[in-house]
Amino acid sequence: MRFERRERQPLLLILATPIIAVIAALALSGVLIALAGAPVFEAYWNIVKGAFGSRLSTTETLTRAIPLMLTGLAAAIAFRAKLWNIGAEGQLYIGAITVSAVSSQLVGGFPSIIQIPILLVCGAVAGMVLLLIPLWLRLRFSVDEVVTTLLLNFVAILFVSMLIDTVLKDPLAFGWPQSLPVADDAMLPRVLTRSRLHIGLFIAMALAVVIYLVQTRTVFGLQSRAAGLNPDAAVFAGVPLGRTLVLVAMISGGFAGLAGAVEVMGVQGYVTTELSPGFGYSGIVVAMLANLNPIGVILAALFIAAMFVGADGMSRVMEIPTYIADVTVALSLLSMLVAIFFTQYRIRR
Amino acid sequence: MTENALEISGVSKSFGDNLANDNISLTLAKGEIVALLGENGAGKTTLMNILFGHYVPDAGNVSVMGKQLPQGKPREAIRAGIGMVHQHFSLAPNLTVLENVITGTQGIWSLATDMKLARQKLLDISQRFGLVVDPDARLGDLSVGEQQRVEILKALYNDAQILVLDEPTAVLTNIEAEQMFSTLKDMAKQGLSLIFISHKLDEVMATADRIFVLRGGKSVAERQVEHTNKSELAELMVGREVNRPVREVSEPGDVIFNASGVSVLQGGVERLKNVDFHVREGEVLGIIGVSGNGQATLAQLLSGTAKRSKGSMTFFSDEVGDLTVPEVVELGIGRIPEDRNHEGVIGEMAIWENAILERIPEFSKNGLVDRTAGMKFADEVIDAFDVRGATPTKRIRLLSGGNMQKLILGRNLLKQPRLLLAAQPARGLDEGAVAAVHERILNARKEGTGVILISEDLDEVLALADRIQAIVGGKLSPSVSAEDADARKMGLMMSGEWSDREGVA
Repeated sequence: MRFERRERQPLLLILATPIIAVIAALALSGVLIALAGAPVFEAYWNIVKGAFGSRLSTTETLTRAIPLMLTGLAAAIAFRAKLWNIGAEGQLYIGAITVSAVSSQLVGGFPSIIQIPILLVCGAVAGMVLLLIPLWLRLRFSVDEVVTTLLLNFVAILFVSMLIDTVLKDPLAFGWPQSLPVADDAMLPRVLTRSRLHIGLFIAMALAVVIYLVQTRTVFGLQSRAAGLNPDAAVFAGVPLGRTLVLVAMISGGFAGLAGAVEVMGVQGYVTTELSPGFGYSGIVVAMLANLNPIGVILAALFIAAMFVGADGMSRVMEIPTYIADVTVALSLLSMLVAIFFTQYRIRR
Repeated sequence: MTENALEISGVSKSFGDNLANDNISLTLAKGEIVALLGENGAGKTTLMNILFGHYVPDAGNVSVMGKQLPQGKPREAIRAGIGMVHQHFSLAPNLTVLENVITGTQGIWSLATDMKLARQKLLDISQRFGLVVDPDARLGDLSVGEQQRVEILKALYNDAQILVLDEPTAVLTNIEAEQMFSTLKDMAKQGLSLIFISHKLDEVMATADRIFVLRGGKSVAERQVEHTNKSELAELMVGREVNRPVREVSEPGDVIFNASGVSVLQGGVERLKNVDFHVREGEVLGIIGVSGNGQATLAQLLSGTAKRSKGSMTFFSDEVGDLTVPEVVELGIGRIPEDRNHEGVIGEMAIWENAILERIPEFSKNGLVDRTAGMKFADEVIDAFDVRGATPTKRIRLLSGGNMQKLILGRNLLKQPRLLLAAQPARGLDEGAVAAVHERILNARKEGTGVILISEDLDEVLALADRIQAIVGGKLSPSVSAEDADARKMGLMMSGEWSDREGVA
């Protein structure tokens, strides 16, 4: 048996890839559910019910999908230019803490209409800055950004945890390490009453469309793709490699920072070290499942969010640990990687 | 008549609709050198992959020393004494020569390696066949020619009796190639059997005992070398008579580009030293020399990807500063890079995107790519330059080397450049494509484009260039006119024998 490179990649195959990957992941996790002694289909049905079975669960799933869309976009944009940003988690926390600091210290008194845009921009800029450091190291000293962005996650999260235990500590939090809350006027408007769903959903979806247009229509999109696929040829054709990567990094880091800002301003209101259950890392899965397509990111984020929210509900009903969601998400990444391989190669005897 | 070392009989293999090998038979005697001649895509590499067990043939079989080889088992092929030297080396640059050679010769679970024994065996082989390399040198530090020697040694270390070399000279300089062929002849004298794959007529005529010609997946001819000649082989290979075009004498116009006293520093090394050259309208300036003497830097300087440290350059008698790529394109300088796949195209991108990538300002408005215009331009290039098998939205990786080169030529020439930089424009192309590329370059010359042709192929330079300069160690010789250049003179120039004042002796 050997692998042969495919001459063509049929569109249908590319569209089917994530679906096949998800089915494979569900089948594999089904084995684990069976091992845990529960009926597999009933478990999955309960996940679906847990994610979409009621108004509350549906809005929770959508709320959970918002930061995943943003971190998914952050990864998709960077990966397309072969900039391996594994640091969305850290960028998210830095964006979040910046929002808390700026709102509580500087602009808390401003009306919503002014304060919210300022805070969103601040969060994004903070994320950008955190990604520009490893990019500079790569461009200047050829330091592998996989390592630097990954390790900066720990630096960023520990830095945040220091801030919320010292200068930004909320004195009214009974001693818990928790940041000063953002002003009430900084909270994003809700979409529906009696739910946590906020307008961050529309922000994220609009940004996905914008990025899709940027990638397919603009010079920058063409050049960033060229820079990712073959840097030498890109330089030969006059693509400003450094400038292109800096822009890519600013968008990618900016989106991750924005994810943190939106999560604080839309849901929590303050920062703790439990703000993100790995949104930054799950963003990588989202981007891969979407095959780095920005529109696909929306759907992939919804799937991952549904898995997490649904598994919570399922575990309450069936007494299977919620970790099954983590397993399924991880397996879906692995099956997607295998599936992507098969869009590029075929098996030959 | 000795028994055949190798016999391939009736081998067929198809990929989808494409019949890559159609009922091919071939024999190889002990101590014989057989050349497998054919254009790119004739099925040479497929046949060798079947021989080596990488592919399973649809029909036919392979036998070594009279014993049939099981199909699709590379390990069995190695055991039977077949050694393969790939065009792209399969060696690890961070290991030493000895480590590279013994890699794969031992089971993964064997704990100790008898390095002393291995070293002795390697030294014995290297002495016996005159393949001298230092076993402890790190592979990455060796020249390409030496790396190839290691690749051959590795095959011999596995006790190969039949050596298959896939386009062995594709990556070598002329001198290295000559050395290698004399080594191959020695090896044949000592009883090894060799097959080498090539599309270069000169080396086939000079080295092989017998020649098999493949065309379109079929074996079209078998000739003893003494009963054939280059023009017959060329015709057999291409299937029709091929004549490389030759320039007509003409009077060049104004000076387009002039460089005087230009030096270029790269990574602290002076790659170009105080060079002077100029090119006129309707003139081809040939730059000859063994590769690695500064050609790449010269090409980068003209492409806008290298900066000079001193000297001055003019374009139509206007002083130009350090040029960037967009400025170079804007001035009307067309560029054919030396390495098609590495610099010339982005394989995973569409043909239309590759066609316009260096002309973004022309094909965009307010930061938006003008896709319609880009597709139209790509269509025009495909039509005008006979790029076969191309549509604008197809990924360029799917084109053959020759058609890719035609596209690169086309995206430059369709815009009627005033100066064309052509670095090794015909390297790795088959006979038919070489003729097409040369013709396009000569047509551009006729229309008044000045051409700077950087090439190692003296026949190519003699056919195309009006004037010739040699590059040696980053220095350029004074120019001689093509009429005064002969093999001896060019040989002297390429070895650096010139004095600056008197020109070439």
